[in-house]
Amino acid sequence: MDKKKTDSKDKKLQIAFYWAASCGGCEIAVLDIDEAILDVAAAADILFWPVAIDTKYKDVEAMKDNTIDVCFFNGAVRTSEQEHLANLLRKKSKILVAFGACSISGGIPGLANIASREEIFKTAYLDNPSTENPDKTIPKTSVKVKEGELTLPEFYDTVKTLDQVVDVDYYLPGCPPSPWLITDAIDAIIKNKLPPKGSVLAPMKSVCDECRFEKSEKKIKSIKRIYELDKIEDKCFLEQGVICMGPATRAGCRGKCMEGNMPCTGCGGLLPNSLDQGASMISALASILGVEGEENMTDEEVDKLIEQVKDVVGTFYKYTLPASLINRRVMK
Amino acid sequence: MTEFEPNIIGFLCNWCSYAGADLAGTSRMKYPPNIKSIRVMCSGRVDTVFILDALKKGADGVLVAGCHPGDCHYQSGNYKTNRRIKLLKKLLGDMGVEPRRVRFEYISASEGQKFAKVVTDFVDELKKMGPNPLKTLQD
Ligand code: SF4
Ligand code: SF4
Ligand code: FES
Repeated sequence: MDKKKTDSKDKKLQIAFYWAASCGGCEIAVLDIDEAILDVAAAADILFWPVAIDTKYKDVEAMKDNTIDVCFFNGAVRTSEQEHLANLLRKKSKILVAFGACSISGGIPGLANIASREEIFKTAYLDNPSTENPDKTIPKTSVKVKEGELTLPEFYDTVKTLDQVVDVDYYLPGCPPSPWLITDAIDAIIKNKLPPKGSVLAPMKSVCDECRFEKSEKKIKSIKRIYELDKIEDKCFLEQGVICMGPATRAGCRGKCMEGNMPCTGCGGLLPNSLDQGASMISALASILGVEGEENMTDEEVDKLIEQVKDVVGTFYKYTLPASLINRRVMK
Repeated sequence: MTEFEPNIIGFLCNWCSYAGADLAGTSRMKYPPNIKSIRVMCSGRVDTVFILDALKKGADGVLVAGCHPGDCHYQSGNYKTNRRIKLLKKLLGDMGVEPRRVRFEYISASEGQKFAKVVTDFVDELKKMGPNPLKTLQD
């Protein structure tokens, strides 16, 4: 191991990882940095990482404030347990990094803001065709059994981003963040070269800028879903009629999905200076949809074009619903 | 209880609708004072984000008005805005916000009368709908 990077043992960086409402992919992404993990191991002590090492919440509670130099927090905040850990880790950490789309803007779990807790419980525990639940049991925060009281964290009605709960210092975007963004971030931390607080640790450009396809003037006649294409051509997805979130999404992934012949679904999150990723894409898409012969189109024909866009929320807000201007569905 | 007075944000294009609103004013036509007008160079300048931001900040309704088809000073701004607003209304419906809180109208520079009527109708409609639910949701 490279000992030079850490002049003395007691100067080792103290780091922590935590996962809240997320799929676990961000944990794997940390290992995806391959041999660079050895540099991290050489430069840092891992104080807390529930998925990999045996540490308990009480170990964190026992720490003095600011004991952790950097905490990487992935996942959105959906339960009281996650909220408690967000507050606790904020107190114990000098730098708190929102790691991945879920902690930054809600991510896939954040799409649940289209429903209420009651609707979610009803679908998951009662109505689901593969669920057998004759007693109609749904999660409760506390239940008395003969051995005593059992408790569960509270499941909140609304999914929140990490910075809606605590102050966040840096944002590392992606679902999950790309290995090179992670190593760049860790490098900046080790060398003490972090940008100003509040920065997103990724390029300022859009995904289109890093995409392998040649850009030309885009016009869409009709909207198709990827399976409706006879053949995927080697050109911009939008020009093939497939919705690609590239124009409204922050770069950093090096156009990964297009490398695999799939359109961008927007995991890089908001572009700098955009207030709402979905609304930005709605504006961009509407500006190129059916523009040929637009002066002769009837309003009904325009309606038909718009009808071709299925699942507006899932398409335009796949990763950012809790961070968007209308961040949850209005319940009657 | 005093009657609910809706708050409307109007994005009016400089070349047609703003002039139409001006004409309504100079001709002393009567329309309710619930609209706060913002002049934009073209209805095509109205990003979907502006409309959502207005709703989020408490507007009960948003009126976007531009030149009639074929009359846009920049050729096609109004076509784009028409599409944008239709798509935006789909989003609003999915998010539980009445799509009719957002309205797109063609109003020319000579249609002061139409401007006054659109605002009057919109105020009536919003009064029936009641306050924007996002106001209480996000405080
Ligand atoms: S829209 Fe998608 S496919 Fe087209 S250039 Fe941008 S990222 Fe590439
Ligand atoms: S192309 Fe889009 S969805 Fe794919 S990794 Fe990049 S930002 Fe994420
Ligand atoms: S200038 Fe009036 S709509 Fe474009």
